[in-house]
Amino acid sequence: MALQTNREQDVMASNQEIRELVLARFGERILAAEEECGQLALTVSRDDHFELLKLLKESADLGYDILMDLFGVDYLEMGGRERYGVIYQLYSLGRNHRLRVRVPVPEQDPRLDSAVPLWAAANWAEREVHDMYGITFSGHPNMTRILCPDDFSGFPLRKDFPVQGIGYRENFEKIENPKTK
Amino acid sequence: MTTTGKSMDSKNGILNRETDFQEFVYQPQEERLFLNFGPSHPATHGTLRLVLELDGERVVDCVPEIGYLHHGFEKLGEYRTYNQVVTITDRMNYVSPFNNNLAYILSVEKLFGIEVSKRAQYLRVILAELGRIMDHAVCIGTHAMDLGAFTALLYLIRERENIYNLYELLTGTRLTVSYARVGGFARDRGIPADFMPRTLAVCDGLLKTVDEVDRLLSHNSIYLGRTREVGIITPAAAADYGITGPCLRGSGVPFDLRQAAPYSGYEDFDFDIPVGSTGDVWDRYMVRLEEMRQSVGIIRQAIANFPEGELYADSDSKVILPPKDDVYGSIEGLIHQFEIIMLNRGARAPRGEAYIPTEAPNGELGYHVISNEGNGPYRFRVRPPSFYNFQIIPSLLRGRLLSDTVAILSSLNIIAGELDR
Amino acid sequence: MGIESKLGDGIITTTLDAVINWGRKNSLWPMPFGTACCAIEFMCVLGPKYDMGRFGAEAMRFSPRQSDLLIVSGRVNIKMMHILQQIYRQMPDPKWVISMGACASSGGVFDTYSTIQGIDNFIPVDAYVPGCPPRPETVIDAVMKIQQKIQQERSREYR
Ligand code: SF4
Repeated sequence: MALQTNREQDVMASNQEIRELVLARFGERILAAEEECGQLALTVSRDDHFELLKLLKESADLGYDILMDLFGVDYLEMGGRERYGVIYQLYSLGRNHRLRVRVPVPEQDPRLDSAVPLWAAANWAEREVHDMYGITFSGHPNMTRILCPDDFSGFPLRKDFPVQGIGYRENFEKIENPKTK
Repeated sequence: MTTTGKSMDSKNGILNRETDFQEFVYQPQEERLFLNFGPSHPATHGTLRLVLELDGERVVDCVPEIGYLHHGFEKLGEYRTYNQVVTITDRMNYVSPFNNNLAYILSVEKLFGIEVSKRAQYLRVILAELGRIMDHAVCIGTHAMDLGAFTALLYLIRERENIYNLYELLTGTRLTVSYARVGGFARDRGIPADFMPRTLAVCDGLLKTVDEVDRLLSHNSIYLGRTREVGIITPAAAADYGITGPCLRGSGVPFDLRQAAPYSGYEDFDFDIPVGSTGDVWDRYMVRLEEMRQSVGIIRQAIANFPEGELYADSDSKVILPPKDDVYGSIEGLIHQFEIIMLNRGARAPRGEAYIPTEAPNGELGYHVISNEGNGPYRFRVRPPSFYNFQIIPSLLRGRLLSDTVAILSSLNIIAGELDR
Repeated sequence: MGIESKLGDGIITTTLDAVINWGRKNSLWPMPFGTACCAIEFMCVLGPKYDMGRFGAEAMRFSPRQSDLLIVSGRVNIKMMHILQQIYRQMPDPKWVISMGACASSGGVFDTYSTIQGIDNFIPVDAYVPGCPPRPETVIDAVMKIQQKIQQERSREYR
């Protein structure tokens, strides 16, 4: 057991610096690169997103080695490029920097390339997005529901799905009390 | 198994000595047992389910099945106002509720652009560190209980009961505190005068208990035999699976968000990050034990330097409820109160997204809040540490003995409420 | 009085029901079906300060086949309900059920697509414990209510 105080290494890379590094390599294929509440967010189309993630993970000076989070958003009431979006939350241990990558996904064909070849962490997270939004990730080893039962119908986190659900929770057999029978 | 010795030749009813009385030959590739571990099993501490494929006592493969505690938190959060959501955050990781409150409230405050006072920050740090101690106490206690050391659990539960009393003194409830609010705290009372002295007293008792557990467990040869070199997580695997918190630090990576990206005033405190060397179950246990000591240190520093001043953000910001005297004493205060609590009014955050990662007892916990100028979140996403920590379990279990399953599972400290949300 | 005066000292008479119920009520074997926050609070009920063992109900059994009191503490969702029903069926008669906490009793704050709005829709419940989470004293109170209930039971009811 060792105790460490690592204040010195904790210099955070600046958003400006990272943004220039990425833009230099990916150019105009980045649809937008803005800063939101202190965090840099890149938007790419779904054709380029796998390539960008690979670059972010593998290039030595960026090195986003941890996929912190991956989740979907339904922009139905908010408006946006497309109905759905998938957001990747990346973290680089070496540079102590966090980056958000946003990929719009169209309603008609909700499909995206899987990030499992890059990070094992994407496995369940993508299944969850599939479960909640019905977005399919091509190349995923096991694209099935994860949180809801297999026979559940509908995608709960879509904005047009009612909070109370559509009757699944009432759908069980009732066991009578043996004492009052 | 290939032979039975009992079967009769079905055609003529005569035993065939050649084929029916073969010697018993054990053929491992055919002998497989499927064991359903959970979802209602004492060692899963909740509702995890592992489907294990066993070869004798050895685990060949494991398929985790989750979702037994899925309650649609994220959906529910989209239908509540910013302050109402606080009550559902502490039902997420119910072992350390205030840490969830804090993580959520920081993101929302970022969205509103509110800066709370140092006094509020320090009080939040004290409560969050108490939560961390509670979480580690339950984790170590149940972990030890699963390995047969029941005493440690009773000692640690006794300490947790003391921390509950502190929470109750300050917030009025033991477990689901729901105390943080946008811009400060629930405004029903100030800090009671004996809160700080009692906290210090609890801290003293706590250190004694931690030392006691340390002496009981850490170098006990049975415990060492079951935990050393068991369930090793390498730093590379940890990064691949997005593992954070004590499980990552047990592998020797000194990543702690309280120092890497300080929030809520953590930059003012002096503390060390315990790191392990091999990343086995024992290292994770030792990291937790040491973190409890460090947390006590942080609490003492916070109390010693507890700043004077206002506990709440400026109530002109129209986000935080006005003081009760204003509500009862002036028409402006009353209108202000109604403006906030009425469901169709409420404080509206500007359009945008905010995510502030915090170091929860289990790892990185953050709430990604997207606002669409409404009075509640448009999208409310939790980054649950348990969800990412749990994914690695098949690779830790493969090839281990069944009894190691319990040690490994409890050392990861999977909280089902947070896992399934 | 009556027959007792003929039998001499050291012998008392009672009804069969009374003696069976007395035995049952003082040796409840609970099966904790703990899922969420209430289960964490339930640990305190067994812990050093509150200690349910004082009421004869500390022999926790995690196997439904060995227990007669099911304590459902925590939320139950649509994936878990089948399991809860199966556990209930596996328990031998006579059996009692405590529904601990707002969620198990009514769904609590979770009026969502995946939460069962009260387990009593699907399995019989004998005692409800209010609170979110209930304090340990309240749970002990529920156990005592169950004991009172057992006291009044007739063995005739189980056929
Ligand atoms: S009643 Fe409250 S404490 Fe109990 S499980 Fe439900 S939310 Fe958790």
